[in-house]
Amino acid sequence: MSTESYEDTLERLGELLSCKSDLGKVAAAKIEKLFGELEEQKSNKSSDAVERIRSGFIHFKTHKYLKKPSLYNALAKSQSPKFLVFACSDSRVSPSHILNFQPGEAFEIRNIANMVPVFDKTQHSGTGAAMEYPITELNVENILVIGHSRCGGIEALMSIKDDAAPHKSVFIENWVKIGTSAKNKIKQEYGDLSFQEQCTHCEKEAVNVTLGNLLSYPFVRERVEKGKLALRGAHYDFVKGTFELWELDVKITPAFAFS
Amino acid sequence: MATDAYEAAIKGLKDLLSKKADLGNVAAEKIKELTQELKELDSSNSDAVERIKSGFTHFKTQKYLKDSARFNDLAKGQSPKFLVFACSDSRVCPSHILNFQPGEAFVVRNIANMVPPFDQKRHSGVGAAVEYAVVHLKVENILVIGHSRCGGIKGLMSIEDDAAPTKSDFIENWVKIGASARNKIKEEHQGLDDEAKCTECEKEAVNVSLGNLLSYPFVRAEVVKNTLAIRGAHYNFVKGTFDLWELDFKTTPAYAFS
Repeated sequence: MSTESYEDTLERLGELLSCKSDLGKVAAAKIEKLFGELEEQKSNKSSDAVERIRSGFIHFKTHKYLKKPSLYNALAKSQSPKFLVFACSDSRVSPSHILNFQPGEAFEIRNIANMVPVFDKTQHSGTGAAMEYPITELNVENILVIGHSRCGGIEALMSIKDDAAPHKSVFIENWVKIGTSAKNKIKQEYGDLSFQEQCTHCEKEAVNVTLGNLLSYPFVRERVEKGKLALRGAHYDFVKGTFELWELDVKITPAFAFS
Repeated sequence: MATDAYEAAIKGLKDLLSKKADLGNVAAEKIKELTQELKELDSSNSDAVERIKSGFTHFKTQKYLKDSARFNDLAKGQSPKFLVFACSDSRVCPSHILNFQPGEAFVVRNIANMVPPFDQKRHSGVGAAVEYAVVHLKVENILVIGHSRCGGIKGLMSIEDDAAPTKSDFIENWVKIGASARNKIKEEHQGLDDEAKCTECEKEAVNVSLGNLLSYPFVRAEVVKNTLAIRGAHYNFVKGTFDLWELDFKTTPAYAFS
């Protein structure tokens, strides 16, 4: 589209100058100036971004894709990841980096503050769909929910003063409120700690809220009860360089039959 | 606690067998089976824990400790230039396929890398991520990456009739975000086989998402100021290719008629 208009405008300029040749020098000077401006624009943000994407893909292709043809051939046909991982969208906590997951190992859902809402077909179809597929069709064996330090989403949650107050954001508060019970627990039990320490506790407690919410999905509960699906929570602290891992232990005992 | 229950159960079993010795062989068989099951359970659990542990150790020794300046900076704050939408598929992580390093890209991953239109009730998850990245982190680029053999797109293309009851709890309702892409492909590419139609839909669904991005006022505001670029892409892991295109969006100054 933009190349067409460029050709058209050049044509019209040519027509003008053929009628008014005395404008030739003025035209030449203006075109030189334009040329200079366009040269500058070449090295602007847009081509930086395109270059970053291009070089990133080339790096992947040469150092990984072409070096392991049998792995990538097999993956091209199908995937059978053992993990379903929930991680925050934060640029610092990609599971491929922090847990060195290779292509094919982990089905990943990334959202603000690594949250899983309670089963809700209307309000939370995105999370539901992203769980239904790996669990019922790919048969993953492990779910791992990873919280992290300095989480902006948890900070936003902890900053909500009054549940009834109007929101400052369009979406963020509505979303992070999934973790409200975690916030309330922390404010009650750790009210004397600094805001940052409270946030750290909330980052972990919100993972536990999410682990609990996972059980509100029938296809999760079924498999957990049969011992086919393990649920784990984790907290990655990039300030200290630590990783904590814990498990949710869920069992249903055989029924006592009273009569 | 667990050992108490186990001790009690073993005691009960021994009591039973001391009274009914003929059950001995049956008991032995069943105990062997049970032991095997427990071994398998234990190894798959400890496999997973070991995988997580060794993965983190690898990251810590090969990256975190080797680049302490970068990680010290990142601990204070992030300023990624990219907001990336990628599919949750285990084969298409942007950290791999575009070699994004920690701090470079704010990433949203869902089924079929979809961006639904602005909807505070139904789609707060995506909305929150776009809002945080664009308004708070002020990313300069949004990149939506579709990919080959996408199960979500295949699911979308398989929906025969929009009015029919869904076979899944969530999947069909979610992928229907791309319904206009499916309809376009079914109309314009009738001659193609199913797999080729899916490939076209993978790309067209990215375009639907790019359009949906503009339904977010805070996105539109930055795009018209030229402070935010919107791009689509398609990663084909069968062929080893990556296509990249841009959404060119401008509003001209207004003509004032009076």
